[in-house]
Amino acid sequence: MARAATDDTALFEYALRLGDNCLILGHRVSEWCGHSPVLEEDIALANVALDLIGQTQLWLGLAGEIEGQWREGGGRSADDLAFLRDAGAFRNLLLVEQPNGDFGKTLARQFLFDAWHNAMLGALQGSADKRAAEIAEKAAKEVAYHLNRSRDLVVRLGDGTAESHSRMQRALDDLWFYTGELFLADEVDAAMLAAGIGPDLDDIRAQWDAEIDRTLKQATLRRPDSGHVQKGGKRGVHSEHLGYVLAEMQFLQRAYPGARW
Amino acid sequence: MYAQMVKTEADRPRTLEEMDPQERAFQERIDAGIKIEPKDWMPEGYRKTLIRQISQHAHSEIVGQLPEGNWITRAPTLERKAILLAKVQDEAGHGLYLYCAAETLGVSRDQLTEQLLSGKAKYSSIFNYPTLTWADIGAIGWLVDGAAIMNQVPLQRCSFGPYSRAMIRVCKEESFHQRQGYDIMMKLCQGTPEQKAMAQDALNRWWWPSLMMFGPSDAESVHSAQSMAWKIKLNSNDELRQKFVDQTVPQAEYLGLTVPDPDLKWNEDKGGYDYGEIDWAEFFEVIKGNGPCNRERMAARVKAHEDGAWFREGLMAHAEKQAERRRNAAA
Repeated sequence: MARAATDDTALFEYALRLGDNCLILGHRVSEWCGHSPVLEEDIALANVALDLIGQTQLWLGLAGEIEGQWREGGGRSADDLAFLRDAGAFRNLLLVEQPNGDFGKTLARQFLFDAWHNAMLGALQGSADKRAAEIAEKAAKEVAYHLNRSRDLVVRLGDGTAESHSRMQRALDDLWFYTGELFLADEVDAAMLAAGIGPDLDDIRAQWDAEIDRTLKQATLRRPDSGHVQKGGKRGVHSEHLGYVLAEMQFLQRAYPGARW
Repeated sequence: MYAQMVKTEADRPRTLEEMDPQERAFQERIDAGIKIEPKDWMPEGYRKTLIRQISQHAHSEIVGQLPEGNWITRAPTLERKAILLAKVQDEAGHGLYLYCAAETLGVSRDQLTEQLLSGKAKYSSIFNYPTLTWADIGAIGWLVDGAAIMNQVPLQRCSFGPYSRAMIRVCKEESFHQRQGYDIMMKLCQGTPEQKAMAQDALNRWWWPSLMMFGPSDAESVHSAQSMAWKIKLNSNDELRQKFVDQTVPQAEYLGLTVPDPDLKWNEDKGGYDYGEIDWAEFFEVIKGNGPCNRERMAARVKAHEDGAWFREGLMAHAEKQAERRRNAAA
Protein backbone atom coordinates (compact mmCIF):
# COMPACT_ATOMS: atom_id res chain seq x y z
CA MET A 1 0.00 0.00 0.00
CA ALA A 2 1.34 3.36 -0.97
CA ARG A 3 2.22 5.55 1.95
CA ALA A 4 0.31 8.80 1.74
CA ALA A 5 2.14 12.07 1.80
CA THR A 6 1.99 13.67 5.24
CA ASP A 7 0.08 16.70 4.04
CA ASP A 8 -2.63 14.44 2.61
CA THR A 9 -3.22 12.59 5.88
CA ALA A 10 -3.32 15.97 7.57
CA LEU A 11 -5.73 17.29 4.95
CA PHE A 12 -7.91 14.22 5.44
CA GLU A 13 -8.05 14.95 9.19
CA TYR A 14 -8.69 18.60 8.49
CA ALA A 15 -11.63 17.92 6.17
CA LEU A 16 -13.06 15.48 8.71
CA ARG A 17 -12.92 18.14 11.41
CA LEU A 18 -14.69 20.69 9.26
CA GLY A 19 -17.29 18.15 8.14
CA ASP A 20 -17.89 16.68 11.59
CA ASN A 21 -18.48 20.13 13.08
CA CYS A 22 -21.19 20.73 10.49
CA LEU A 23 -22.71 17.27 10.89
CA ILE A 24 -22.96 17.27 14.67
CA LEU A 25 -24.15 20.87 14.97
CA GLY A 26 -26.63 20.27 12.14
CA HIS A 27 -27.95 17.29 14.08
CA ARG A 28 -28.31 19.30 17.27
CA VAL A 29 -30.06 22.18 15.53
CA SER A 30 -32.42 19.82 13.72
CA GLU A 31 -33.58 18.46 17.09
CA TRP A 32 -35.54 21.70 17.47
CA CYS A 33 -37.69 21.03 14.44
CA GLY A 34 -41.31 21.66 15.46
CA HIS A 35 -40.38 22.54 19.05
CA SER A 36 -38.97 26.06 18.86
CA PRO A 37 -40.48 29.12 20.58
CA VAL A 38 -42.03 30.62 17.47
CA LEU A 39 -42.81 29.52 13.93
CA GLU A 40 -40.22 31.81 12.32
CA GLU A 41 -37.55 30.10 14.44
CA ASP A 42 -38.69 26.66 13.32
CA ILE A 43 -38.14 27.81 9.77
CA ALA A 44 -34.82 29.52 10.44
CA LEU A 45 -33.39 26.61 12.41
CA ALA A 46 -34.39 24.09 9.78
CA ASN A 47 -32.65 26.32 7.29
CA VAL A 48 -29.43 26.48 9.32
CA ALA A 49 -29.49 22.71 9.84
CA LEU A 50 -30.04 22.19 6.14
CA ASP A 51 -27.05 24.37 5.26
CA LEU A 52 -24.88 22.52 7.73
CA ILE A 53 -25.88 19.09 6.40
CA GLY A 54 -25.13 20.32 2.89
CA GLN A 55 -21.69 21.48 4.00
CA THR A 56 -21.16 18.12 5.72
CA GLN A 57 -21.67 16.37 2.40
CA LEU A 58 -19.00 18.57 0.79
CA TRP A 59 -16.35 18.30 3.50
CA LEU A 60 -16.83 14.58 4.14
CA GLY A 61 -16.94 14.06 0.39
CA LEU A 62 -13.54 15.73 0.16
CA ALA A 63 -12.23 13.65 3.08
CA GLY A 64 -13.30 10.46 1.30
CA GLU A 65 -11.73 11.59 -1.95
CA ILE A 66 -8.41 12.21 -0.22
CA GLU A 67 -8.62 8.92 1.64
CA GLY A 68 -9.00 7.18 -1.70
CA GLN A 69 -5.32 7.90 -2.36
CA TRP A 70 -4.21 5.27 0.12
CA ARG A 71 -7.18 3.23 1.29
CA GLU A 72 -7.60 -0.15 -0.35
CA GLY A 73 -10.97 -0.33 -2.07
CA GLY A 74 -11.09 3.45 -2.31
CA GLY A 75 -11.99 6.22 0.11
CA ARG A 76 -15.18 6.05 2.12
CA SER A 77 -18.27 7.92 0.96
CA ALA A 78 -19.58 10.92 2.92
CA ASP A 79 -22.42 8.70 4.14
CA ASP A 80 -20.08 5.95 5.30
CA LEU A 81 -18.00 8.51 7.16
CA ALA A 82 -21.10 10.01 8.77
CA PHE A 83 -22.96 6.83 9.64
CA LEU A 84 -20.32 4.16 10.16
CA ARG A 85 -17.66 5.74 12.36
CA ASP A 86 -17.73 5.38 16.12
CA ALA A 87 -17.37 8.35 18.45
CA GLY A 88 -13.59 8.05 18.81
CA ALA A 89 -13.19 8.61 15.07
CA PHE A 90 -15.22 11.82 15.10
CA ARG A 91 -13.20 15.02 14.97
CA ASN A 92 -15.73 17.72 15.82
CA LEU A 93 -15.18 20.37 18.49
CA LEU A 94 -16.69 19.67 21.90
CA LEU A 95 -18.74 22.86 21.62
CA VAL A 96 -21.00 21.60 18.85
CA GLU A 97 -21.96 18.34 20.54
CA GLN A 98 -23.21 20.05 23.71
CA PRO A 99 -26.94 19.44 24.28
CA ASN A 100 -29.38 22.09 23.15
CA GLY A 101 -30.50 23.11 26.63
CA ASP A 102 -32.96 25.98 26.51
CA PHE A 103 -33.28 28.10 23.41
CA GLY A 104 -30.79 30.59 24.88
CA LYS A 105 -28.11 27.93 25.15
CA THR A 106 -28.78 26.79 21.60
CA LEU A 107 -28.40 30.38 20.38
CA ALA A 108 -25.28 31.06 22.40
CA ARG A 109 -23.68 27.85 21.07
CA GLN A 110 -24.63 28.87 17.56
CA PHE A 111 -23.21 32.37 17.92
CA LEU A 112 -19.91 31.20 19.44
CA PHE A 113 -19.53 28.67 16.64
CA ASP A 114 -20.75 30.92 13.82
CA ALA A 115 -18.22 33.61 14.72
CA TRP A 116 -15.44 31.02 14.46
CA HIS A 117 -16.90 29.30 11.41
CA ASN A 118 -17.30 32.57 9.55
CA ALA A 119 -13.69 33.59 10.17
CA MET A 120 -12.43 30.11 9.21
CA LEU A 121 -14.36 30.03 5.94
CA GLY A 122 -13.23 33.55 5.13
CA ALA A 123 -9.62 32.42 5.39
CA LEU A 124 -10.18 29.05 3.71
CA GLN A 125 -11.44 30.74 0.56
CA GLY A 126 -7.79 31.60 -0.08
CA SER A 127 -6.65 28.03 0.60
CA ALA A 128 -3.87 26.53 -1.49
CA ASP A 129 -6.11 23.47 -1.88
CA LYS A 130 -8.53 24.43 -4.61
CA ARG A 131 -11.21 21.97 -3.48
CA ALA A 132 -11.19 23.34 0.05
CA ALA A 133 -11.32 26.89 -1.29
CA GLU A 134 -14.35 26.06 -3.41
CA ILE A 135 -16.26 24.47 -0.55
CA ALA A 136 -15.38 27.43 1.68
CA GLU A 137 -16.62 29.89 -0.89
CA LYS A 138 -20.01 28.22 -1.10
CA ALA A 139 -20.32 27.69 2.67
CA ALA A 140 -19.18 31.22 3.53
CA LYS A 141 -22.29 32.74 1.99
CA GLU A 142 -24.53 30.55 4.13
CA VAL A 143 -22.54 31.01 7.29
CA ALA A 144 -22.50 34.81 6.94
CA TYR A 145 -26.26 34.57 7.20
CA HIS A 146 -26.05 32.20 10.20
CA LEU A 147 -23.79 34.67 11.98
CA ASN A 148 -26.01 37.65 11.21
CA ARG A 149 -28.96 35.82 12.62
CA SER A 150 -27.35 34.41 15.78
CA ARG A 151 -25.58 37.71 16.52
CA ASP A 152 -28.82 39.63 16.14
CA LEU A 153 -30.69 37.32 18.50
CA VAL A 154 -27.92 37.36 21.09
CA VAL A 155 -28.08 41.15 21.12
CA ARG A 156 -31.85 41.28 21.34
CA LEU A 157 -32.13 38.68 24.08
CA GLY A 158 -29.15 40.01 26.04
CA ASP A 159 -30.72 43.44 25.95
CA GLY A 160 -34.30 42.18 26.38
CA THR A 161 -35.96 41.30 29.69
CA ALA A 162 -34.14 40.50 32.93
CA GLU A 163 -34.95 36.84 32.33
CA SER A 164 -33.74 36.72 28.74
CA HIS A 165 -30.56 38.53 29.85
CA SER A 166 -29.84 36.10 32.65
CA ARG A 167 -30.56 33.07 30.48
CA MET A 168 -28.14 34.31 27.82
CA GLN A 169 -25.48 35.09 30.40
CA ARG A 170 -25.83 31.63 31.95
CA ALA A 171 -25.61 30.02 28.53
CA LEU A 172 -22.37 31.87 27.77
CA ASP A 173 -20.94 30.98 31.17
CA ASP A 174 -21.80 27.30 30.67
CA LEU A 175 -20.37 27.06 27.17
CA TRP A 176 -17.35 29.32 27.52
CA PHE A 177 -14.76 26.70 28.44
CA TYR A 178 -15.50 24.80 25.25
CA THR A 179 -14.45 27.79 23.13
CA GLY A 180 -10.72 27.57 23.84
CA GLU A 181 -10.50 24.42 21.73
CA LEU A 182 -11.54 26.41 18.66
CA PHE A 183 -8.10 28.04 18.61
CA LEU A 184 -5.90 25.30 19.99
CA ALA A 185 -3.56 24.44 17.14
CA ASP A 186 -2.12 20.92 16.97
CA GLU A 187 0.15 19.19 14.44
CA VAL A 188 -2.66 18.96 11.86
CA ASP A 189 -3.33 22.70 12.05
CA ALA A 190 0.41 23.34 11.87
CA ALA A 191 0.77 21.15 8.77
CA MET A 192 -2.18 22.88 7.09
CA LEU A 193 -0.76 26.29 7.91
CA ALA A 194 2.64 25.33 6.56
CA ALA A 195 1.07 24.02 3.34
CA GLY A 196 -0.92 27.23 2.86
CA ILE A 197 -4.16 25.23 3.13
CA GLY A 198 -5.47 26.35 6.51
CA PRO A 199 -5.27 29.64 8.41
CA ASP A 200 -3.26 30.60 11.45
CA LEU A 201 -5.62 29.98 14.39
CA ASP A 202 -4.16 33.01 16.19
CA ASP A 203 -5.54 35.17 13.37
CA ILE A 204 -8.90 33.45 13.65
CA ARG A 205 -8.91 34.05 17.38
CA ALA A 206 -8.26 37.77 16.88
CA GLN A 207 -11.24 38.03 14.54
CA TRP A 208 -13.39 35.95 16.85
CA ASP A 209 -12.44 38.03 19.89
CA ALA A 210 -13.37 41.23 18.08
CA GLU A 211 -16.74 39.81 17.01
CA ILE A 212 -17.53 38.42 20.47
CA ASP A 213 -16.50 41.58 22.34
CA ARG A 214 -18.43 43.89 20.02
CA THR A 215 -21.59 41.76 20.15
CA LEU A 216 -21.55 41.07 23.88
CA LYS A 217 -21.11 44.77 24.60
CA GLN A 218 -24.12 45.57 22.46
CA ALA A 219 -26.04 42.75 24.15
CA THR A 220 -25.07 44.10 27.62
CA LEU A 221 -23.62 40.65 28.35
CA ARG A 222 -20.38 39.97 30.19
CA ARG A 223 -17.57 38.04 28.58
CA PRO A 224 -16.87 35.11 30.91
CA ASP A 225 -13.37 35.33 32.38
CA SER A 226 -12.69 31.64 32.88
CA GLY A 227 -9.42 30.74 31.21
CA HIS A 228 -9.81 26.99 31.59
CA VAL A 229 -10.12 25.07 28.32
CA GLN A 230 -11.97 21.79 27.76
CA LYS A 231 -10.44 20.00 24.82
CA GLY A 232 -10.29 16.66 23.08
CA GLY A 233 -12.85 16.71 20.27
CA LYS A 234 -10.32 17.39 17.54
CA ARG A 235 -8.44 14.19 18.39
CA GLY A 236 -11.52 12.06 19.09
CA VAL A 237 -11.87 12.37 22.86
CA HIS A 238 -15.42 13.60 23.30
CA SER A 239 -17.97 14.36 25.98
CA GLU A 240 -20.51 11.71 26.98
CA HIS A 241 -23.06 13.36 24.72
CA LEU A 242 -21.62 12.37 21.35
CA GLY A 243 -22.30 8.67 21.81
CA TYR A 244 -26.02 9.34 22.13
CA VAL A 245 -26.04 11.63 19.12
CA LEU A 246 -24.46 8.84 17.06
CA ALA A 247 -26.68 6.10 18.49
CA GLU A 248 -29.65 8.06 17.18
CA MET A 249 -28.16 9.31 13.94
CA GLN A 250 -26.63 5.99 12.88
CA PHE A 251 -29.51 3.74 13.98
CA LEU A 252 -30.78 2.66 10.55
CA GLN A 253 -27.36 2.13 9.03
CA ARG A 254 -26.34 0.03 12.03
CA ALA A 255 -29.60 -1.95 12.29
CA TYR A 256 -29.70 -2.82 8.57
CA PRO A 257 -26.07 -3.20 7.50
CA GLY A 258 -25.51 -2.81 3.78
CA ALA A 259 -29.08 -1.73 2.99
CA ARG A 260 -29.55 1.12 0.54
CA TRP A 261 -31.96 3.92 1.31
CA MET B 1 -56.54 17.74 2.84
CA TYR B 2 -55.85 19.33 6.13
CA ALA B 3 -59.28 20.71 6.98
CA GLN B 4 -61.90 18.15 7.92
CA MET B 5 -65.43 18.84 9.08
CA VAL B 6 -65.37 22.61 8.92
CA LYS B 7 -68.57 23.94 10.46
CA THR B 8 -70.49 26.60 8.57
CA GLU B 9 -73.39 27.29 10.96
CA ALA B 10 -75.88 26.72 8.16
CA ASP B 11 -77.69 23.50 7.41
CA ARG B 12 -78.37 24.50 3.84
CA PRO B 13 -77.34 27.40 1.64
CA ARG B 14 -79.91 30.14 1.11
CA THR B 15 -81.25 30.79 -2.34
CA LEU B 16 -80.59 34.08 -4.11
CA GLU B 17 -84.23 35.05 -3.54
CA GLU B 18 -83.87 34.63 0.22
CA MET B 19 -80.82 36.91 0.39
CA ASP B 20 -80.77 40.66 0.96
CA PRO B 21 -79.30 42.70 -1.94
CA GLN B 22 -75.79 42.92 -0.48
CA GLU B 23 -75.52 39.20 0.09
CA ARG B 24 -77.04 38.49 -3.29
CA ALA B 25 -74.43 40.68 -4.98
CA PHE B 26 -71.73 38.81 -3.05
CA GLN B 27 -73.08 35.41 -4.10
CA GLU B 28 -73.38 36.53 -7.70
CA ARG B 29 -69.73 37.57 -7.73
CA ILE B 30 -68.78 34.13 -6.46
CA ASP B 31 -71.00 32.44 -9.02
CA ALA B 32 -69.29 34.52 -11.72
CA GLY B 33 -65.88 33.29 -10.53
CA ILE B 34 -64.72 36.67 -9.22
CA LYS B 35 -62.36 36.46 -6.24
CA ILE B 36 -63.37 37.92 -2.90
CA GLU B 37 -60.62 40.06 -1.37
CA PRO B 38 -60.15 40.89 2.33
CA LYS B 39 -61.60 44.41 2.15
CA ASP B 40 -64.71 43.33 0.24
CA TRP B 41 -67.97 42.94 2.11
CA MET B 42 -68.69 39.31 3.02
CA PRO B 43 -71.34 37.53 5.08
CA GLU B 44 -70.24 36.83 8.63
CA GLY B 45 -70.72 33.10 8.07
CA TYR B 46 -68.35 33.15 5.10
CA ARG B 47 -65.72 34.95 7.16
CA LYS B 48 -66.07 32.63 10.14
CA THR B 49 -66.08 29.47 8.05
CA LEU B 50 -63.00 30.56 6.16
CA ILE B 51 -61.16 31.41 9.35
CA ARG B 52 -61.97 27.92 10.65
CA GLN B 53 -60.94 26.24 7.42
CA ILE B 54 -57.71 28.18 6.86
CA SER B 55 -56.64 27.96 10.48
CA GLN B 56 -57.35 24.20 10.60
CA HIS B 57 -55.16 23.92 7.56
CA ALA B 58 -52.44 26.07 9.13
CA HIS B 59 -52.57 24.17 12.44
CA SER B 60 -52.23 20.91 10.51
CA GLU B 61 -49.04 22.14 8.90
CA ILE B 62 -47.66 23.11 12.30
CA VAL B 63 -48.59 19.89 14.10
CA GLY B 64 -47.53 17.98 10.98
CA GLN B 65 -43.93 18.97 11.65
CA LEU B 66 -43.90 16.63 14.65
CA PRO B 67 -44.43 13.15 13.16
CA GLU B 68 -41.96 13.86 10.36
CA GLY B 69 -39.53 15.78 12.52
CA ASN B 70 -39.44 12.59 14.58
CA TRP B 71 -37.18 11.01 11.90
CA ILE B 72 -34.92 13.91 10.91
CA THR B 73 -32.25 12.94 13.42
CA ARG B 74 -32.49 9.30 12.31
CA ALA B 75 -32.68 9.75 8.53
CA PRO B 76 -30.54 7.02 6.94
CA THR B 77 -28.34 9.13 4.63
CA LEU B 78 -27.18 12.72 4.47
CA GLU B 79 -29.25 13.31 1.37
CA ARG B 80 -32.43 11.89 2.91
CA LYS B 81 -31.80 14.02 5.97
CA ALA B 82 -31.43 17.17 3.87
CA ILE B 83 -34.58 16.40 1.87
CA LEU B 84 -36.62 15.72 5.00
CA LEU B 85 -35.37 18.91 6.66
CA ALA B 86 -36.31 20.90 3.58
CA LYS B 87 -39.72 19.29 3.55
CA VAL B 88 -40.50 19.97 7.19
CA GLN B 89 -39.26 23.52 6.71
CA ASP B 90 -41.71 23.87 3.83
CA GLU B 91 -44.55 22.71 6.09
CA ALA B 92 -43.69 25.41 8.63
CA GLY B 93 -43.61 27.91 5.77
CA HIS B 94 -47.05 26.77 4.63
CA GLY B 95 -48.30 27.28 8.17
CA LEU B 96 -46.88 30.79 8.14
CA TYR B 97 -48.55 31.95 4.99
CA LEU B 98 -51.81 30.27 5.84
CA TYR B 99 -51.84 32.13 9.16
CA CYS B 100 -51.18 35.30 7.16
CA ALA B 101 -54.13 34.49 4.88
CA ALA B 102 -56.33 33.96 7.95
CA GLU B 103 -55.14 37.27 9.42
CA THR B 104 -56.59 39.11 6.43
CA LEU B 105 -59.99 38.03 7.78
CA GLY B 106 -59.50 39.92 11.03
CA VAL B 107 -58.07 37.35 13.41
CA SER B 108 -54.51 37.38 14.80
CA ARG B 109 -51.99 34.55 14.74
CA ASP B 110 -51.84 34.76 18.54
CA GLN B 111 -55.59 34.17 18.76
CA LEU B 112 -55.37 31.23 16.40
CA THR B 113 -52.43 29.75 18.30
CA GLU B 114 -54.35 30.09 21.53
CA GLN B 115 -57.27 28.20 19.96
CA LEU B 116 -54.96 25.39 18.89
CA LEU B 117 -53.22 25.09 22.23
CA SER B 118 -56.45 25.18 24.24
CA GLY B 119 -57.82 22.35 22.08
CA LYS B 120 -60.63 24.51 20.74
CA ALA B 121 -59.34 24.43 17.15
CA LYS B 122 -58.81 21.20 15.27
CA TYR B 123 -56.08 19.98 12.96
CA SER B 124 -56.06 17.06 10.57
CA SER B 125 -56.67 13.68 12.23
CA ILE B 126 -53.79 12.16 10.26
CA PHE B 127 -51.10 13.76 12.42
CA ASN B 128 -52.33 11.88 15.46
CA TYR B 129 -50.82 8.68 14.13
CA PRO B 130 -47.25 7.71 15.05
CA THR B 131 -44.23 7.46 12.72
CA LEU B 132 -42.75 4.15 13.84
CA THR B 133 -40.26 3.39 11.09
CA TRP B 134 -38.42 5.18 8.31
CA ALA B 135 -40.96 3.78 5.86
CA ASP B 136 -43.59 5.93 7.57
CA ILE B 137 -41.77 8.99 6.25
CA GLY B 138 -42.14 7.54 2.77
CA ALA B 139 -45.79 6.68 3.35
CA ILE B 140 -46.58 10.16 4.65
CA GLY B 141 -45.07 11.81 1.59
CA TRP B 142 -46.75 9.42 -0.78
CA LEU B 143 -50.19 9.05 0.83
CA VAL B 144 -50.70 12.00 3.15
CA ASP B 145 -49.22 14.62 0.86
CA GLY B 146 -50.92 12.84 -2.04
CA ALA B 147 -54.29 13.24 -0.31
CA ALA B 148 -53.47 16.84 0.58
CA ILE B 149 -52.69 17.67 -3.04
CA MET B 150 -55.94 16.07 -4.14
CA ASN B 151 -57.80 18.59 -2.02
CA GLN B 152 -55.57 21.59 -2.48
CA VAL B 153 -55.35 21.60 -6.24
CA PRO B 154 -59.04 22.56 -6.58
CA LEU B 155 -58.66 25.03 -3.69
CA GLN B 156 -56.31 27.04 -5.90
CA ARG B 157 -59.56 28.13 -7.57
CA CYS B 158 -61.44 28.87 -4.33
CA SER B 159 -63.35 32.13 -4.01
CA PHE B 160 -61.19 33.85 -1.39
CA GLY B 161 -58.19 35.52 -3.03
CA PRO B 162 -55.53 35.18 -0.29
CA TYR B 163 -56.40 31.51 0.34
CA SER B 164 -56.41 30.73 -3.35
CA ARG B 165 -53.01 32.35 -3.83
CA ALA B 166 -51.59 30.57 -0.79
CA MET B 167 -52.78 27.26 -2.25
CA ILE B 168 -51.04 27.93 -5.55
CA ARG B 169 -47.77 28.30 -3.72
CA VAL B 170 -48.39 25.37 -1.39
CA CYS B 171 -49.28 23.00 -4.23
CA LYS B 172 -45.98 23.54 -5.99
CA GLU B 173 -44.12 22.37 -2.92
CA GLU B 174 -46.52 19.57 -2.07
CA SER B 175 -45.95 17.83 -5.36
CA PHE B 176 -42.23 17.73 -4.58
CA HIS B 177 -43.09 16.27 -1.17
CA GLN B 178 -45.18 13.55 -2.68
CA ARG B 179 -42.43 12.60 -5.12
CA GLN B 180 -39.83 12.34 -2.38
CA GLY B 181 -42.19 10.13 -0.36
CA TYR B 182 -42.78 7.82 -3.29
CA ASP B 183 -39.05 7.75 -3.94
CA ILE B 184 -38.42 6.55 -0.37
CA MET B 185 -41.00 3.79 -0.91
CA MET B 186 -39.39 2.80 -4.23
CA LYS B 187 -35.98 2.45 -2.62
CA LEU B 188 -37.42 0.34 0.19
CA CYS B 189 -39.33 -1.90 -2.20
CA GLN B 190 -36.22 -2.47 -4.31
CA GLY B 191 -34.20 -3.16 -1.16
CA THR B 192 -33.81 -6.08 1.21
CA PRO B 193 -36.80 -8.24 2.27
CA GLU B 194 -36.75 -6.44 5.61
CA GLN B 195 -37.00 -3.07 3.90
CA LYS B 196 -39.85 -4.23 1.73
CA ALA B 197 -41.66 -5.55 4.80
CA MET B 198 -41.14 -2.15 6.41
CA ALA B 199 -42.78 -0.49 3.40
CA GLN B 200 -45.74 -2.89 3.47
CA ASP B 201 -46.22 -2.33 7.19
CA ALA B 202 -46.26 1.43 6.66
CA LEU B 203 -48.88 1.13 3.92
CA ASN B 204 -50.95 -1.12 6.19
CA ARG B 205 -50.98 1.49 8.94
CA TRP B 206 -51.35 4.66 6.83
CA TRP B 207 -53.84 3.55 4.19
CA TRP B 208 -57.07 3.90 6.17
CA PRO B 209 -56.11 7.05 8.07
CA SER B 210 -55.23 8.61 4.68
CA LEU B 211 -58.70 7.85 3.35
CA MET B 212 -60.15 9.44 6.48
CA MET B 213 -58.33 12.68 5.68
CA PHE B 214 -61.08 13.54 3.20
CA GLY B 215 -63.58 13.78 6.03
CA PRO B 216 -66.93 12.02 6.59
CA SER B 217 -68.88 10.60 3.69
CA ASP B 218 -71.09 13.01 1.75
CA ALA B 219 -74.24 11.70 3.46
CA GLU B 220 -72.79 12.66 6.85
CA SER B 221 -71.26 15.91 5.70
CA VAL B 222 -73.82 18.46 6.84
CA HIS B 223 -71.71 21.54 6.26
CA SER B 224 -70.55 20.83 2.75
CA ALA B 225 -73.40 22.37 0.76
CA GLN B 226 -72.90 25.89 2.07
CA SER B 227 -69.11 25.70 1.65
CA MET B 228 -69.59 24.52 -1.91
CA ALA B 229 -72.02 27.36 -2.65
CA TRP B 230 -69.38 29.76 -1.38
CA LYS B 231 -66.70 27.95 -3.43
CA ILE B 232 -64.43 27.43 -0.49
CA LYS B 233 -64.92 23.73 -1.07
CA LEU B 234 -65.02 22.63 -4.68
CA ASN B 235 -65.54 18.90 -4.59
CA SER B 236 -67.35 16.60 -2.20
CA ASN B 237 -65.42 14.45 0.27
CA ASP B 238 -66.38 11.20 -1.46
CA GLU B 239 -65.47 12.52 -4.90
CA LEU B 240 -61.97 13.42 -3.77
CA ARG B 241 -61.57 10.19 -1.83
CA GLN B 242 -62.52 8.17 -4.92
CA LYS B 243 -60.05 10.11 -7.02
CA PHE B 244 -57.34 9.45 -4.46
CA VAL B 245 -58.03 5.70 -4.37
CA ASP B 246 -58.05 5.52 -8.17
CA GLN B 247 -54.74 7.34 -8.38
CA THR B 248 -53.02 5.51 -5.54
CA VAL B 249 -53.89 1.85 -6.09
CA PRO B 250 -51.86 1.55 -9.34
CA GLN B 251 -48.95 3.26 -7.57
CA ALA B 252 -49.09 0.62 -4.83
CA GLU B 253 -49.17 -2.10 -7.47
CA TYR B 254 -46.12 -0.60 -9.17
CA LEU B 255 -44.29 -0.79 -5.84
CA GLY B 256 -45.38 -4.42 -5.47
CA LEU B 257 -47.28 -3.61 -2.29
CA THR B 258 -50.74 -4.78 -1.26
CA VAL B 259 -53.39 -2.26 -0.29
CA PRO B 260 -54.81 -3.52 3.03
CA ASP B 261 -58.41 -3.73 1.86
CA PRO B 262 -59.88 -7.14 0.95
CA ASP B 263 -62.88 -5.43 -0.64
CA LEU B 264 -60.83 -3.36 -3.05
CA LYS B 265 -61.63 -4.18 -6.65
CA TRP B 266 -61.86 -2.48 -10.01
CA ASN B 267 -65.39 -1.50 -11.05
CA GLU B 268 -65.56 -1.36 -14.81
CA ASP B 269 -68.94 0.40 -14.84
CA LYS B 270 -67.91 3.39 -12.80
CA GLY B 271 -64.35 3.37 -14.11
CA GLY B 272 -62.95 3.39 -10.60
CA TYR B 273 -62.19 1.17 -7.64
CA ASP B 274 -64.74 -0.01 -5.13
CA TYR B 275 -63.27 -0.02 -1.66
CA GLY B 276 -64.23 -1.29 1.75
CA GLU B 277 -66.04 0.50 4.56
CA ILE B 278 -64.00 3.05 6.48
CA ASP B 279 -63.94 2.65 10.24
CA TRP B 280 -65.75 5.87 11.07
CA ALA B 281 -65.84 5.06 14.76
CA GLU B 282 -62.04 5.29 14.74
CA PHE B 283 -62.16 8.56 12.80
CA PHE B 284 -64.53 10.23 15.26
CA GLU B 285 -62.50 8.99 18.23
CA VAL B 286 -59.33 10.53 16.75
CA ILE B 287 -61.18 13.80 16.09
CA LYS B 288 -62.39 13.76 19.70
CA GLY B 289 -58.83 13.48 20.97
CA ASN B 290 -58.45 9.74 21.40
CA GLY B 291 -56.02 8.97 18.58
CA PRO B 292 -52.71 7.30 19.41
CA CYS B 293 -50.80 10.60 19.54
CA ASN B 294 -53.28 13.45 20.15
CA ARG B 295 -52.07 14.03 23.67
CA GLU B 296 -48.39 13.89 22.77
CA ARG B 297 -48.79 16.22 19.81
CA MET B 298 -50.65 18.82 21.84
CA ALA B 299 -48.28 18.45 24.78
CA ALA B 300 -45.32 19.05 22.45
CA ARG B 301 -46.91 22.20 21.02
CA VAL B 302 -47.90 23.52 24.44
CA LYS B 303 -44.41 22.87 25.79
CA ALA B 304 -42.78 24.63 22.84
CA HIS B 305 -45.04 27.61 23.39
CA GLU B 306 -44.59 27.79 27.16
CA ASP B 307 -40.85 27.17 27.11
CA GLY B 308 -40.52 29.86 24.47
CA ALA B 309 -42.43 32.55 26.36
CA TRP B 310 -39.26 34.17 27.76
CA PHE B 311 -37.79 34.26 24.25
CA ARG B 312 -40.79 36.02 22.73
CA GLU B 313 -41.00 38.42 25.67
CA GLY B 314 -37.29 39.18 25.40
CA LEU B 315 -37.64 40.10 21.74
CA MET B 316 -40.65 42.30 22.48
CA ALA B 317 -38.86 44.05 25.31
CA HIS B 318 -35.86 44.72 23.10
CA ALA B 319 -38.05 46.13 20.33
CA GLU B 320 -39.67 48.48 22.85
CA LYS B 321 -36.29 49.60 24.18
CA GLN B 322 -35.08 50.33 20.67
CA ALA B 323 -38.21 52.34 19.88
CA GLU B 324 -37.72 54.28 23.12
CA ARG B 325 -34.08 54.99 22.21
CA ARG B 326 -35.09 56.25 18.79
CA ARG B 327 -37.70 58.54 20.34
CA ASN B 328 -35.15 59.90 22.82
CA ALA B 329 -32.59 60.43 20.07
CA ALA B 330 -35.14 62.30 17.99
CA ALA B 331 -36.30 64.47 20.94
